[in-house]
Amino acid sequence: MKIIVLAKHAPDPQSEVGIASDGKSLSLGTAVFDINDWDRYAVEEAIRIKEKIGGEVLVVGVGKNCDDTLRKCLAMGADRAIKIPFDGGIDAYQIAEVIAEAIKNEKFDMIFAGLMSQDVNNALVGVLLAGMLNLPFATAVTAIDIKDKTVRIKREIEGGYQEESELPMPCLLTIQSGINEPRYVSVMGIKKAKTKEMKEVKLEPKSKKVEVVKMYLPPVKKAEMITGDPDQVASKVIAILKERGLVG
Amino acid sequence: MKVFAIAEHRFGELNPLSIELLNLANKLGESNAVVIGKDVSKFAEELAKFAEKVWKIEDASLENYTPDLYVDVLLQLINREKPDVVLVGNTAQGVEFAPYLAVKLGYPIVTDVVAVNTANGFVVSRYVMQGKIMVDLKVSTPCVLTIRQGAFKEGAQKSGKVLDAGIKPSKPSARKFIGYVQPEVGEVDISKAEIIVAVGRGIEDAANIPLAEELAQALGGVVAGSRPVIDSGWLPKDRQVGISGKIVKPKLYLALGISGAFQHVMGMKDSELIIAVNKDPEAPIFGVAHYGIVGNIFDVVPTLLDKLKAKK
Repeated sequence: MKIIVLAKHAPDPQSEVGIASDGKSLSLGTAVFDINDWDRYAVEEAIRIKEKIGGEVLVVGVGKNCDDTLRKCLAMGADRAIKIPFDGGIDAYQIAEVIAEAIKNEKFDMIFAGLMSQDVNNALVGVLLAGMLNLPFATAVTAIDIKDKTVRIKREIEGGYQEESELPMPCLLTIQSGINEPRYVSVMGIKKAKTKEMKEVKLEPKSKKVEVVKMYLPPVKKAEMITGDPDQVASKVIAILKERGLVG
Repeated sequence: MKVFAIAEHRFGELNPLSIELLNLANKLGESNAVVIGKDVSKFAEELAKFAEKVWKIEDASLENYTPDLYVDVLLQLINREKPDVVLVGNTAQGVEFAPYLAVKLGYPIVTDVVAVNTANGFVVSRYVMQGKIMVDLKVSTPCVLTIRQGAFKEGAQKSGKVLDAGIKPSKPSARKFIGYVQPEVGEVDISKAEIIVAVGRGIEDAANIPLAEELAQALGGVVAGSRPVIDSGWLPKDRQVGISGKIVKPKLYLALGISGAFQHVMGMKDSELIIAVNKDPEAPIFGVAHYGIVGNIFDVVPTLLDKLKAKK
């Protein structure tokens, strides 16, 4: 079983993020970067399948600075990595296009991608790639069961329901968070990762599908803020609850 | 401008987001609804109240949604009728098949759109960074857009005509639909609780869940959580608040360390009183809460607990 996993090196949206002076891009000076959270589950799932039935896990990263994330995947147990040093922005077509080109000579049974990226939240690259490669696909996958050349999946839909489907291989799955419990990287894993192959493939996209006009802070109504030390804050909260008859 | 809105239905119910797509379609130009299934006459009549035309695509093989067949029949219709814009709901179903459809059409696609402005080219708005930042994108038409629930609630009434598109799938689906899996049923139904103490990633560790439980108990409520807490296995799946979990409307929703991703907010925004505690002053949860506290939940909650206990 050979599985290709797409892994993005992405800023944590809960760290401090702003808008750059051009008004068209993010300012991420102090943001914490790591493997995109959904991709962490995708990598773990691929490694678990390999450990169970054998095979190979190839991770693909896009971006000039994605080495840390690719090394992390190798340390988790992936076998080799392809780095495409292209800094794409919000245009997911471009990302999918360079990935399609980079893996065109790779034979594979499945491609896994995270459901979406934690920074741009497009939820596009995986399915666009499935379209470019004419692969059967499923998104928001929460369970995977492999039988010969077919894969039985569950995928998350609304209201706590799941949909169960069966796909032939090769296919592409986008992975929902919570599908497994991703492992921590071990010291042994980090040592082993140093001996694993990380191949750089220089590619540029041919198409441009969207153009950023501007970025700005969303207009939001703000909550009434309760300020003070914890003691004052707690007293004010209790007063609000009391007023509404929620505490005695 | 000719606009196609792809309707969605499941379990015999039309998704109300389908009407919201038509609200946007009517704003942009000629509204066309498209509804796909085994027998969709009932849905087509409902959609005709909001659309100039409703295209029915019916076949026994379309009884349950599969992305393969949806893309197959939509490609046939779109290549024939040539709309300028194709609108799809940003749902588990819509955001699954729409990108594939866009690739096959060679159209650009933007997901999770909340605004469309045609004053200066075709410009769409969406959030990035899980709600913290908004971006305006210029897109060429024809294009595919997936639309966020609740963004286009108001619109015109129409009395359109229902047309049979005369389209059948050209081949069987590679992906086979097996069935739906019911939600897990737990010991507590959070959708019936009057007071909810909800925890998010800010709770940091499973070891801190009892702190939230203690607070819930002191308030006479139950503990629920956002996706990261459920994903980590710190609370069972039936305690998840959000689009993919439960929709709750308690008298009090106390959000502890929840950033406020859209998928969570849609599950709790109609609560009567929302108080949020988060250390990030820019957290989107403060956009939906009535009262906000910027601070560490491990400072605020124990103090609150002490005061609640002292009252008894």
